Amino acid sequence: MSGARENIFPTRMALTNTKLRLKGAQTGHSLLAKKRDALTTRFRAILRKVDEAKRKMGRVMQLASFSLAEVTYATGDISYLVQEQAKTATFRVKARQENVSGVVLPTFEVDRVAGTDFNLTGLGRGGQQVLKSKEVYAKAVETLVELASLQTAFMILDEVIRATNRRVNAIEHVVIPRLENTIKYIMSELDEMDREEFFRLKKVQGKKKRDAQAEDARRAAIAAEADDEEDSAPAFEPPEPTDTNSDLLSSKDADVIF
Amino acid sequence: MEALFFNVSSGFLEGIVRGYKAGILTQNQYSNLTQCETLDDFRMQLSATDYGNFLANEPSPLSTSTISDKATQILVDQFNFIRSNAVEPLSTFLDYITYAYMIDNVILLITGTLHERDTHELLERCHPLGSFDTMPALCVATNVEELYRTVLVETPLAPYFRDCVTASDLDDLNIEIIRNTVYKAYLEDFDRYCSTLGSTTYDVMHRILAFEADRRTINITINSFGTDLNKEARAKLYPTIGRLFPEGNNNLARADDIEQVRLVCDNIGEYKSFFDTSAPSRNGNGHDDLLGDDGDLSVAAQLEDHFFRMEVHLNKLSFLQQFQYAVFYSYFKLKEQEIRSLTWIAECIAQDARDRIQDFIPIF
Repeated sequence: MSGARENIFPTRMALTNTKLRLKGAQTGHSLLAKKRDALTTRFRAILRKVDEAKRKMGRVMQLASFSLAEVTYATGDISYLVQEQAKTATFRVKARQENVSGVVLPTFEVDRVAGTDFNLTGLGRGGQQVLKSKEVYAKAVETLVELASLQTAFMILDEVIRATNRRVNAIEHVVIPRLENTIKYIMSELDEMDREEFFRLKKVQGKKKRDAQAEDARRAAIAAEADDEEDSAPAFEPPEPTDTNSDLLSSKDADVIF
Repeated sequence: MEALFFNVSSGFLEGIVRGYKAGILTQNQYSNLTQCETLDDFRMQLSATDYGNFLANEPSPLSTSTISDKATQILVDQFNFIRSNAVEPLSTFLDYITYAYMIDNVILLITGTLHERDTHELLERCHPLGSFDTMPALCVATNVEELYRTVLVETPLAPYFRDCVTASDLDDLNIEIIRNTVYKAYLEDFDRYCSTLGSTTYDVMHRILAFEADRRTINITINSFGTDLNKEARAKLYPTIGRLFPEGNNNLARADDIEQVRLVCDNIGEYKSFFDTSAPSRNGNGHDDLLGDDGDLSVAAQLEDHFFRMEVHLNKLSFLQQFQYAVFYSYFKLKEQEIRSLTWIAECIAQDARDRIQDFIPIF
């Protein structure tokens, strides 16, 4: 039970503070655990989508490169013409931000402008194949963009989930036990002090009782002596109790240190 | 009369070409090629044909473009051999064949020059059949006027370019139009030239060239749907030697959708079947569901296939006639088609698209 505890002076105030902190830690723990669960759910969904998108991409890319082969079959090499005639991008990617339980995920969106670039390529022959290839490749790139968006989310979520997991575990296994230990330590110290105090008081009381008895005995002896010597002793009897009282008070004053 | 003296100057070369023709791959060899699992198998199968060891020195991960390049090189070598042995009028006839490639090269260079590309990179991409001496000089020209005055006037293409040299500015849209205008002029001129070569040659060549013209007309019409090419400009690009000319051309110039094109083509018996969508075509539609194609696009895509078949058919017919020059043209066109088919098969093997591997066009 003597695990790690905080280096703290065991006082009542420290106890209150530590208890507050423990409560805070527990709240934080439950919050983080909730966040982790939410993220994990999301993560699983994305994982499934990534898998789907990757399979789809394989198919689409194959189709796309095959349509390019069709173009080559019909018109020959048009890559150069297309490269030169493309002036503005007709296929753009827009980045947006999405918030999933406090994590900012970038998502990419396709923005297609109906371009008229190289519309006339293959005018003489093979224009249809060129168009088809363009469409198929646009689809392929769309799939790629979708995949990129998922993949990025996947990476970021993975990182965040791991960080959250670390935090949850740290709180659960380090911070909370330490605070608990600290509380236990403070309590035990305080109890110890209470017992010490109690014992000391007892001791003091015992000493005082003993002293008082000794005094009584002495007085009784003196009184007996006086009785023996003088018979007119009753005149002195009344002040005796007040005398012992003042004596007790004075002796207490002397004994109590603080 | 022409049959009498044909063999004096061109008999030897005709013999050579007919020999070359015997080397064109047969259906049997194609079916062997389609069975190949890898491109290395493909190379092995090809080495048993007339192609011989043309891929022997290539490093092992073979690319389809290498195959196509090497095969084209063989074609070019054959052409150059025949061209260097030819005398008039065959030599001019062969030159005419190269003009088509020259047009493509010139257009390519103009495009590249406009975008200030590296000249050497451009020259490498040019078709070897269409190269001419002053070709590298094309790269210095910056506008059509200058291009014409400094370079093209020296080349045989000069008369064709004269028509469109008035184009004041040279932007990307214009280039495709220039190409088609020039090509139209070329086809008409080639047809005119063929008519001087005697009736046998003209009979065969006119059929081929007329088909080529119609094919371009139909293609231009279909491909210009939905673009900013207006109808007047479109009408100017139609070659005037085709079987659709003049009535079909006029109708096509006004066509707005593929249905009207179909109506025009219905007048010509041979072209009617091109638009017959109900016939089971070999163009598998297996992946159209992914594209969400509309019907028009797939009809047009199959059209190209029909055109190739028709072209092969016409070119094959020219071998039935003797003592005429069309065999030379036909042989090189067939060889080109064969290279396309080879590339297609190689591409299918490389991309593992077995279901489409039969979509090439066999010749014999």
